[in-house]
Amino acid sequence: MTGALSIRNVGKVYDPDGARVIALDDVSLEIAAGELCVVVGPSGCGKTTLLNCIAGFDTVSAGEISIDGALLAAPGRQLAPGADRMVVFQAGALFPWKTVLWNITCGPVLSRRLTRPDAEARARALLSRVGLAGIEAQYPAELSVGMKRRVEIIRALINDPTVLLLDEPFRALDALTKSVMHEALLELYDLSRKTIFFITHDLEEAIFLADRVAVMTTRPGRVKKIITVDLPRPRNYRLLATPRYGELKQEALEAIHEEALKAFVAGERELA
Amino acid sequence: MAQPLRPLARRLGQLARSAAVWQGLAGIALFLALWQIGTWLRLPMLRHVPAPLDVLVQFATVVQSRQYWLSWYVSGQRVFLGYAIGVLLGVPLGLAMGMSRIFHGVSFPLVEVLRPIPPLAWVPLSILFWPTMEQTIVSIIFLGAFFTVVLNVLGGVEAIDVSYQRAALSMGARPWHLFWRIVLPATAPSIFTGMAVGMGLTWEIVVAAEMIASIQAGLGFMMWQAYVGGNIALIIVSMASIGLAGLLSSTLIWALGRRLTPWLRRT
Repeated sequence: MTGALSIRNVGKVYDPDGARVIALDDVSLEIAAGELCVVVGPSGCGKTTLLNCIAGFDTVSAGEISIDGALLAAPGRQLAPGADRMVVFQAGALFPWKTVLWNITCGPVLSRRLTRPDAEARARALLSRVGLAGIEAQYPAELSVGMKRRVEIIRALINDPTVLLLDEPFRALDALTKSVMHEALLELYDLSRKTIFFITHDLEEAIFLADRVAVMTTRPGRVKKIITVDLPRPRNYRLLATPRYGELKQEALEAIHEEALKAFVAGERELA
Repeated sequence: MAQPLRPLARRLGQLARSAAVWQGLAGIALFLALWQIGTWLRLPMLRHVPAPLDVLVQFATVVQSRQYWLSWYVSGQRVFLGYAIGVLLGVPLGLAMGMSRIFHGVSFPLVEVLRPIPPLAWVPLSILFWPTMEQTIVSIIFLGAFFTVVLNVLGGVEAIDVSYQRAALSMGARPWHLFWRIVLPATAPSIFTGMAVGMGLTWEIVVAAEMIASIQAGLGFMMWQAYVGGNIALIIVSMASIGLAGLLSSTLIWALGRRLTPWLRRT
């Protein structure tokens, strides 16, 4: 099994006009192959920066990131974005000018990893798996936000990534849609067992989905605490009422509350 | 992905059932009726204005003349030429400015200096520059369309969400994929907006140019001749013809835009 993601002592400093902003400071995280790891932290803790460094959209200032021992990023070295690290974006990035089917199949077809008929057959199978059969010919604008998210996750999975990177993908959803999406994601996860790097600021989401939850500090971002979620899979919504879920949530809440407070005070200071 | 043309009869049927069409027609009819009543009442401000019925009579005569249709043809040709060159040069320039930081740095200030100069202010210099009047007029129409298109396309490229390009790169897109599959379709709505706005400008410019320049045909020229000859009904016929020409061309551009951007179709 492949997909072990190793983040070692990663630092990131932005330097706009000489104002050194430390976004990430000595972040280390070892994610096992096939693990679903969720990173939680207050807004501005650098979690999206970390994801961008893994995806190849941004460079690291210190430390190194590697997958299965192969170096991805180190100071002065950066592997270009590629299908081995697919990203699902916060605001969604389905191409509005193409149909659902084309959106899903364009990666493998244009880069000649699959023939069009094969890619379309796979796309249809995955769509019906998450209850979206029959929407192939529609444009993204005709779908609900929840449907778009599922299509986007399928688009990422069909590229057969080593690691799937999700950047607060369910942020814009209402609570009910969110819980449906969580089950859809877990269903696809159980199907493929890809390594998933998922970032969010929603604790309940984090615990429901994760094998391990990494809580980050407010800026400069560090890993404050790692919580192992020993809840059995497959998981469904009933889990949310179990005592163990409540304990884990409490543990995470205590870790993150302090950081949220610091972030809030820092925000107040910036505004003042 | 163009949808097949719906049968004409069904389209007309839909039009006839649409409230918007009837409301629009009612508005126009009311306007004409008030105008007709105003002339009957000999309102002082309408002293020099012929009644709509007289204009209609003039219109019926004029459509039988070859000269009238020649005017349409000549003005239409000027507009088409200047506009087509403006779009063909403006779209690539706008795209290039949006995609290359260096090219933007070099060309944007120049565009911003030249753009506020009204196209008609170019007339004297253009007359000296171009050997024929025809070329002068076309070049001025070109200027009007060109800057409008450039700025709209540039705005369109700059507004593209970076996530689209990042998603494409992750999926293994090559540079030409980024252009043909992302930048071009993402900019298409802005291209058509620029084209439609530019089209509106070109008719303003052609009429003005035909009125100042010494040429022998065109809708603007026809109107000026009618003024010189004291035929007020013909002035109004010319005005209505120019309005119609502008409306027709804009409708064509919008129809083309809708056809080429099916993902924006509202149902």
